[in-house]
Amino acid sequence: MTTLLDGVFIALILLNFFILGKASLRGVIRVVCVQGTVLGLLPLLLGPHLDLRLVLVALGTVALKGVILPRMLVRALEELSIRREVEPYISFPASLVLGALGTGFAMFVSYRLPVTPGPGGDLLTSASISTVLTGFLVLTTRRKALTQVLGYLVLENGIFIFGLLLLEPLPFLVEVAVLLDLFVAIFTMGIVIHHINREFSTESTDRLTALKD
Amino acid sequence: MPYFIIAWPAALAGAAFAWSSNRTRPWLLPAAALGHLLLTVLAALRPGGPEFGGWLALDPLGRVVLLLVSVLFACCAFFAAGYLRFRSDRDNRVFCACLLLFLSMTTLTIWAHHWGLMWVAMEATTLAGAPLVYFNRNSSSLEATWKYLVISSVGIALALLGTFFLAYASVRQGLPTSLLVEDLLANAPLLSRPWLRAAFALLLIGYGTKMGLAPMHTWKPDAYGEAPGLAGALFSGGMTACAFLLILRALRLLKAAGEGAFAGQLLLWLGLFSVAVAAAFVMRQKDIKRMLAYSSVEHMGILALGAGIGGTALLGALLHLVNNGLAKGVLFLSAGNIHRAFGAKTTDRVRGAVRRLPLSGSLFLAGLFAVACTPPFGPFVSLLLILGGIFEEGWHWVGGALLFLLFLVFMGLGRTVLAASQGAAPDGEETAAPAYRDTLLTGAPILVLMGLVLLLGLHIPDFLQVFLSDALQYMEGGR
Repeated sequence: MTTLLDGVFIALILLNFFILGKASLRGVIRVVCVQGTVLGLLPLLLGPHLDLRLVLVALGTVALKGVILPRMLVRALEELSIRREVEPYISFPASLVLGALGTGFAMFVSYRLPVTPGPGGDLLTSASISTVLTGFLVLTTRRKALTQVLGYLVLENGIFIFGLLLLEPLPFLVEVAVLLDLFVAIFTMGIVIHHINREFSTESTDRLTALKD
Repeated sequence: MPYFIIAWPAALAGAAFAWSSNRTRPWLLPAAALGHLLLTVLAALRPGGPEFGGWLALDPLGRVVLLLVSVLFACCAFFAAGYLRFRSDRDNRVFCACLLLFLSMTTLTIWAHHWGLMWVAMEATTLAGAPLVYFNRNSSSLEATWKYLVISSVGIALALLGTFFLAYASVRQGLPTSLLVEDLLANAPLLSRPWLRAAFALLLIGYGTKMGLAPMHTWKPDAYGEAPGLAGALFSGGMTACAFLLILRALRLLKAAGEGAFAGQLLLWLGLFSVAVAAAFVMRQKDIKRMLAYSSVEHMGILALGAGIGGTALLGALLHLVNNGLAKGVLFLSAGNIHRAFGAKTTDRVRGAVRRLPLSGSLFLAGLFAVACTPPFGPFVSLLLILGGIFEEGWHWVGGALLFLLFLVFMGLGRTVLAASQGAAPDGEETAAPAYRDTLLTGAPILVLMGLVLLLGLHIPDFLQVFLSDALQYMEGGR
């Protein structure tokens, strides 16, 4: 069981590199969708015993992170007449190097933070922090508003991984609130993207640079 | 009590959304504000015990912030009724509903005594605030809204990770996990130190983003620059105060766990850095609203600094929170009027504001002196307390650096504001944006706020002194 879990966490870290290295927007959305689905299944692997609550959390997460949100993004991609490349500010090799440094940093931090031995262990914290950093990297180095939403999603995925450690002790209400807030945030961003597209007839945040000091 | 005070503005938000008349809808705002103020006074006089299983409680810190938010919102609500009359061409349905929702969620943030609920409420203020920034519906307000949403959402996401770390700090030690403020405090000395430190750092970054501490302040100049003045007033006086409140609660926890020195250091450095960044950017600022945003970054830095030092400086910071909130109300509302009258907000086009708009122009000028911490206004008294605390604790070089930076900010602010308010109005402007004059509704609320700022400079009322010393005692570990 533990080796299986370790494998899943390593796979999640590898998916981060795919997100950083893909050039086509559709490809990145697909990887984020895979990551979301894997995340949704994790509660079933981690829980000491299967109960209705865990199944509901898993189902809700897979539906939201693996199906609904990627679907929304693909729809936005199709509606907007934008180019289908990611268009980073820095080159893909540089993104990957930064991603590797981030992962190294995540491993260092999780080594310093003591975790209770048990399901997940050190790798869970590493995977969580490295995914958060990947999301941050996508947010800051990609041009389009749509990729910034993707970055935000990846960042939220990283936080979700850490939340798995608290699946037992944290009350259900917080889980629901987290999913709800994520949904509302993405929804609002979707509306803003729609307005950006209408206002600028492009969706690149390059155009959003009129305000500065 | 908490249920009513949170539900009342939310219910009126629903009513505003359903209300069909664009002309009468803004009057729901004063109605909500007066009800909120009444309930706030009742709650402040007789603070009840925790409710809803300890999830809602008004602690002494919250009492101060709630009073500030309620008074500020009341002034902004009457102002809004006058302001929206000038903007009657524009649909104000979403704007009014979101203002009320914003009030409801801010109140919930203050009452919440559970780290998860606090986080949810703070996130909700972000979302309710976004349509306020987008009110003008042009490309620059859209850009500002986008930056505000993305930066705040990322910040708040990191605060969520911090909240999770906080929970794990007790899981790790095999303690019963609870995110209730009081439960965590009771277990504070037993919590896992590394997780607690990491949690504080993340909460500080997350809520510091909402508060607008540099370097996470980058949404502020854009959002304050493009949003209507009254939204700027509510953000800089209300939302940032709530974010600071959450940081103070985290600081209190770290103190109880014996990690006060670590938390204080982080706050101190971040605060000093914020004041320095504000000083650098305020120097050559021509846009009066963006300038106010940097002034807000500066004052948030001062608050963080005061909290980091503790003792008298912390008492000063609490008083400064109130003073800054009220003074920012004066400045943003009068800047809104000036913007309306001139159809511009940069000093190449705004000149002679005092002559053109005697009331708003003069109040703007007076507000500047208040926010630059000169006597006889409130911020002067609180800054003196903070500086006194800094020197008392032996941080001489910090005090010196702060004084130098404040001097730079004063120069920068003075240059812009004097350029905007003095002299004659430029030719041809009269025809460019006619018809705006100060009215009772857009003038009186600013006058009330200015009166309060002046009052706090001359004499701090007894009840406020009690509230502040209670809050300080609470921070120092009392109940």
